[in-house]
Amino acid sequence: MAHLCGVIGIGQTKYDAKRIDVSMPGLVREAALRALEDAELTFADIDAVVIGKAPDTFEGVMLPENYLADALGAVGKPLLRVHTAGSVGGSTANVAMSLIHAGIHDRVLTIGWEKQSESNAMWGLTISPPFSVAVVAGAGGYFAPLIRAYIARSGAPEDTGIRTALKDRLNALKNPYAHLQIPDIDFDKIANSPMLWDPIRYLESCPSSDGACAMVLAREDLAERAPAPPAWVHATAMRSEPNQFSGRDAVNPQAGRDAAADLYKQGRITNPRAEIDCAEIYVPFSWFEAMWMENLGFAEEGAGWKMVYEGATALDGDMPINMSGGVLSSNPIGASGMIRYAEAALQVRGQAGEHQVDGARKTMGHAYGGGSQYFSMCLFGKDKP
Amino acid sequence: MRDVGILSFAQSNARSETRNEVEILLPVVKEALVQSGLARTEIDFTCSGSSDFLQGQPFAFVMALDGVGAWPPIKESHVEMDGAWALYEAWVKIQTGEVSSALIYSFGKTSPGDLAETLALQLDPYCVTQLWPDADSVAGIQARLYLDRSGRSERDLAVVAARSRRDAVDNPHAVAKGDFDVEKLLAEPYRTSPLRDHDCPTNSDGATVMVIAAADVARVLSKRPVWIRGIDHRIDPPALGVRDLTRAPSAELAARKAGVGKGRFDFAELDAPYTHQELILRDGLGLGDDVRINPSGGSLCTRTLFSCGLNRIGDAFQRIARGDGDRAVAHATQGHCLQQNLVCVLEGE
Repeated sequence: MAHLCGVIGIGQTKYDAKRIDVSMPGLVREAALRALEDAELTFADIDAVVIGKAPDTFEGVMLPENYLADALGAVGKPLLRVHTAGSVGGSTANVAMSLIHAGIHDRVLTIGWEKQSESNAMWGLTISPPFSVAVVAGAGGYFAPLIRAYIARSGAPEDTGIRTALKDRLNALKNPYAHLQIPDIDFDKIANSPMLWDPIRYLESCPSSDGACAMVLAREDLAERAPAPPAWVHATAMRSEPNQFSGRDAVNPQAGRDAAADLYKQGRITNPRAEIDCAEIYVPFSWFEAMWMENLGFAEEGAGWKMVYEGATALDGDMPINMSGGVLSSNPIGASGMIRYAEAALQVRGQAGEHQVDGARKTMGHAYGGGSQYFSMCLFGKDKP
Repeated sequence: MRDVGILSFAQSNARSETRNEVEILLPVVKEALVQSGLARTEIDFTCSGSSDFLQGQPFAFVMALDGVGAWPPIKESHVEMDGAWALYEAWVKIQTGEVSSALIYSFGKTSPGDLAETLALQLDPYCVTQLWPDADSVAGIQARLYLDRSGRSERDLAVVAARSRRDAVDNPHAVAKGDFDVEKLLAEPYRTSPLRDHDCPTNSDGATVMVIAAADVARVLSKRPVWIRGIDHRIDPPALGVRDLTRAPSAELAARKAGVGKGRFDFAELDAPYTHQELILRDGLGLGDDVRINPSGGSLCTRTLFSCGLNRIGDAFQRIARGDGDRAVAHATQGHCLQQNLVCVLEGE
């Protein structure tokens, strides 16, 4: 990258099932204004806006960013809309970062959002496409067979998913923005919750949320002068692969492994588990934490579940994962990837509050989408690369 | 900034398609790659533009990955915008120095749906979409204001239509084409006053592919490189009552940032799906009578939604590449009444 980029402002909305107190413009403004306030800037200081969300059918508005242009202070500016399925919150930030890396803009506002209560995500995901078989099972129905394949391969104990969900739900109690906060959460409550898509139980699943997350990015000299310490972008990576073909490994996808390898190479990481202090990983269903630990090289193949089992991914473990409570606790789909980035950035800024990992200097944000096909990742550092 | 050149451009034959989006796209990708001189595996970055709402299902672009061949996994991104903005993202990616070449594609298949109804979903969802104004009526409001303000006449609009359709005769990808008498056009009934059928776009299904590369690659592969000398995009407010609909301030600003206004241009490819929008853009971009407008016939004669902006840039590229001009303005638009605009300046070596 030609120019360094720092995250100098972060803003999140309160995530909830139905934010009926705000319109769509109100929702995105809530996050954008908080990010600007964090950076002690106004819309006038922003050169361009990069916005992302998942399918427009989730709200029933076609290209809603055109309607949101003035709410985002984007009038007279470049406004780009990214959409890469579930990974969109991550890839949107990556595109925004590239505008700084390329030296095209000085300060960029990037935002991911979803207002699922405007429509119905289950409907939005299961429209019957012409000439194709409609799955009509939502995302859980799609991913459950991949999880079963993982269990068969790795021999993971069947309560791995429950343990992951318990860890994330306990973490969510420390995050004021989290949607699902269940004070009396325990192992039995999750184990006894209804089985939705075997082996995924209700409390092992992400919720449908309304919410937005925004970040202000700045070039090096402006980031140095920011009121709070910036999170420096050390590396970004994206990879995509086709949905299906004979021989594709959808459980441990090559695109995810390639993106991680690219990220570590750029960030000069040789031992990710030792060198990365904590990570926010896109885990919409509990078992995906164990699966992604392997895909990202934090664990040997077949051993991801052991990290969960041994407590390595807990807030006080050696490799804390989803300190914020993760996608399992808040899932405004188009924002979920950006929340991973923002929470990873908060950690190196030392601003993660009750869920701060002491002394976090290098962190990772991760998002995936489609049928485990689209991957975006970012490596943040307390120090410049 | 790194110099970026266009290596190749291909588009499907415009028509109402029975094939699905991937089937439309696949041969166009192949054609653009062959022309570019790069193999699929030599492309560093891929970026696409499309709309879920046109396809009527979420993640419309996911299956399209099969059309470009994403194995081994590729560096890839997608904008829910016209392909012209995918070109912009790819151009930015080359500017970062991380990649040297990119394949851009876009597609739109509007024939199965009710486009007038679909496009109403782009308006204010709380206050305007509920009224279900069709796109031609919204454009009609803009045309009425423009004619009243500018002193131009419905005849001026018909002249644009007749010229565009005549020029489209030479474009094998164009749909509405032929010799039309201005008087006869003016005798036709209104569709949405003051607009008649000839003032409104003829829609088509289609896919478009472009390959670009940084100068070091482009110089090796291209006999006559066509350079993107400037590229910029801007947006105006959405509410139809907030902005002056008789102008396109975001197009004017993008043009200024892209370097329009410096030096002369042989021709311009303007993404003006309605006749009056061509006049608004010509005035706004300061393109005089010496600049030929839309030699391809433009988006009025063939509107492949989500591809027609990239088509304008591709048409301009092809014209320069074959020596029919040295310098051109190419433009793309999105949203109702020219709300969002991208302008680039192309120049032959």
